[in-house]
Amino acid sequence: MPSPEAQETEIGIMDTGTIEQIIDKHQCEASSLIQILLDIQNELHWLPWEALEMVSEKLQVPMSRIQHTATFYKAFSLVPKGRHEINVCMGTACHVRGAPRVLEVIENITGIRPGETDPDMKFSLDTVNCLGCCALGPVMEIDEEHLGKLVPNKAADLLKNYE
Amino acid sequence: MINSPAELEHLRQEILSRRDPDKARISVCAGAGCLATGAGKVIAAFDAELEKQGLKGEVHVKSTGCPGFCERGPVVVIDPEETCYLQVTPKDVPAIVSKTIKEKKVIDRLLYADATTKEKVVRESDIPFYKHQERNIIGNNIKIDPKCIDDYLALGGYSALAKVLFQMTSGQVVEEVKKSKLRGRGGGGFPTGIKWEAARNAPGDAKYVIVNADEGDPGAFMDRAVLEGNPHSILEGLIIGAYAIGAHEGYVYVRQEYPLALENVSIAIRQAEEYGILGSNILGSGFDFTVTVHRGAGAFVCGEETALLLSLEGRPGEPRSRPPYPATKGLWGKPTNINNVETWANVPLIINKGADWFTQFGTERSKGTKIFSLVGKIKNTGLVEVPMGVTLRDIIYKIGDGIPGGKKFKAVQTGGPAGGCIPEEHLDIAVDFDELTKAGAMMGSGGMIVMDEDTCMVDVARYFLNFLAQESCGKCSPCREGVKQMHRILADITEGRGKEGDIELLEDLAMSTGSASLCALGRSAPNPVLSTIRHFRHEYEAHIREKRCPSFSCKELLSYYIDPEACGACLLCLKRCTSEAISGGRDQIHVIDQAKCNKCGTCFDICPARYGAVMRLSAEPVPGPIPEELRIVVKRKEAKKEAQREAT
Repeated sequence: MPSPEAQETEIGIMDTGTIEQIIDKHQCEASSLIQILLDIQNELHWLPWEALEMVSEKLQVPMSRIQHTATFYKAFSLVPKGRHEINVCMGTACHVRGAPRVLEVIENITGIRPGETDPDMKFSLDTVNCLGCCALGPVMEIDEEHLGKLVPNKAADLLKNYE
Repeated sequence: MINSPAELEHLRQEILSRRDPDKARISVCAGAGCLATGAGKVIAAFDAELEKQGLKGEVHVKSTGCPGFCERGPVVVIDPEETCYLQVTPKDVPAIVSKTIKEKKVIDRLLYADATTKEKVVRESDIPFYKHQERNIIGNNIKIDPKCIDDYLALGGYSALAKVLFQMTSGQVVEEVKKSKLRGRGGGGFPTGIKWEAARNAPGDAKYVIVNADEGDPGAFMDRAVLEGNPHSILEGLIIGAYAIGAHEGYVYVRQEYPLALENVSIAIRQAEEYGILGSNILGSGFDFTVTVHRGAGAFVCGEETALLLSLEGRPGEPRSRPPYPATKGLWGKPTNINNVETWANVPLIINKGADWFTQFGTERSKGTKIFSLVGKIKNTGLVEVPMGVTLRDIIYKIGDGIPGGKKFKAVQTGGPAGGCIPEEHLDIAVDFDELTKAGAMMGSGGMIVMDEDTCMVDVARYFLNFLAQESCGKCSPCREGVKQMHRILADITEGRGKEGDIELLEDLAMSTGSASLCALGRSAPNPVLSTIRHFRHEYEAHIREKRCPSFSCKELLSYYIDPEACGACLLCLKRCTSEAISGGRDQIHVIDQAKCNKCGTCFDICPARYGAVMRLSAEPVPGPIPEELRIVVKRKEAKKEAQREAT
């Protein structure tokens, strides 16, 4: 887990502008809540508390509903992400081809479990349910690059390429 | 802006007249699967090489949708000869341009080679993987640049729409779809025409039509391939459906995990608007219709239609009970018709070629073709489109080419997380909605995961229940609690804590969860449990009674051991061990420290076949390490000499 300090980092002025632009793009429509949160997530790679408050205020939607939505959908993260985002595919095809063994080795090396970020903010680890390139399975995605036909020690070697 | 069917035809002829069918064209699959194996670099290499060899502008390079043969990607097809090259890399590109494009010579090493006869196959359609398919829908993918509406028009695109708008009443359209007996491809298998009729007859001025592209089944990606590869075919189906039920607004609900599908469908909508195929007064017919793309945010349950509707309204997707069905009370409480991607893609074909053409494919109660994603322990991973009624055996062995690595087939899982596993003895059933259900599985959206002797069926059930427990929205308690408890029992069994009575308890829980849950997620959650108990009860019993995993898959019941007699001290496993659990050295027998071993299996996979020294043990005690002083390996050659000396 990231340190409490990291979580409390205030969002910068630039981010505030970005968030305002996103909300305006969706015409402050409450029905666009998910689309707005997705855009913010894409921009900042997480949903800081201040951002949620801004959305709540501008959309006139209570914070409780925003939190309900932000925790219901898996695309959203309420904690900051590390420099490199690892998504290990745990789809059925990857599972039967040995993805759990790959995941375990990655957990051991990074010291974190899915949904967590290491204290150095180097890696964030997540599992996904299917990247849809089953021919490459077991496969993972690091910073949107697909790395396929993994075996535990190949995955371990690949992680060494990231700073 | 196109203002009449005549103008549409005129434009089509103009596009065709600009294209010389005899001129060389290069199509490279740029679907998500091939892009992951480097198709982007191949396309860039073609552009550079054509320029270098002075063919820029002469030969067109097209980035197309997925033709399905993901196993051998990146796939390149060169027309007009239809030469198909597989697993192409950028360094193959100069030769392809100079030999195949310029000299019209085929490069043998890039062709498909039959595994047994070693015979080379030149044309795409002659490759066995494709030859046994009926590719009504996915077959166009390799002919189309999905970002170019003219490509779709060149193949006769939007002619079904023109026919509907100018020659048919909305009632006739519904009748034609009913007559085709098309059933929903998303899993439910509900007759599409009847669904349309209900929405058409529902009172109300505002109505909606929706494309459900929230394809969440792990191991299934056919909807993505169609949406990425031929987005206009979905839009055409959608506009026809809107006309039939009287809707003027539509949505495409796409999961955000499919960025390329999102991009391509958004471009397609923009292009269709520019051509007057979407918007007001479509093709001059007076019919108005607009489409908006909505991104899903990662919730499996949103594939369920009532959950999807709430998600579209910007809320958490928690299903509600039906009735009322969306056909009468859907988005914002208005009549709404939701169909799956593949269902919509069938509509223009049915309108253009007629219901009678469509019903020639398939079985009595399941008509047409179905796209399956054939994945797992199978030689040819990919998307296959077959007429309903083909046997599982044909799909797995004729198209999929069987199981890799000489392993034995164990089961095929169909229908996604809520589907079931089908064993060898049922492989000859005809694949359609009803037969799969009878076998304890289901059609689902078309995922087909092949499992071999190394796959533990209890672990598979545990895997799916874990998935469903995570994806259960938590609204109704039978699903929230029942799925969780079933998962807990399965986890106990796979981790060696199973006890007598667990199987019966699972069956009991499955019954109550299945009958009392609110939506399809909970109601079908028992399927993976019940189907594996039904066909693989002996595996459950081995785990529970002997604490043994017959497939050597459940890590808690498994140990790795190096047979000192067989170890060649080659250092391979020692170097690759991911937990530094192996000790030894050159000429020194390797030994696994059981306390350190994380059971990743690398040593077992990597030990050369000539030694075969690494053993998997389940429910057997691991022999203690041999004493240090006996760990010296006498090299085989010397041992052989020794033996010879003794013999003489």
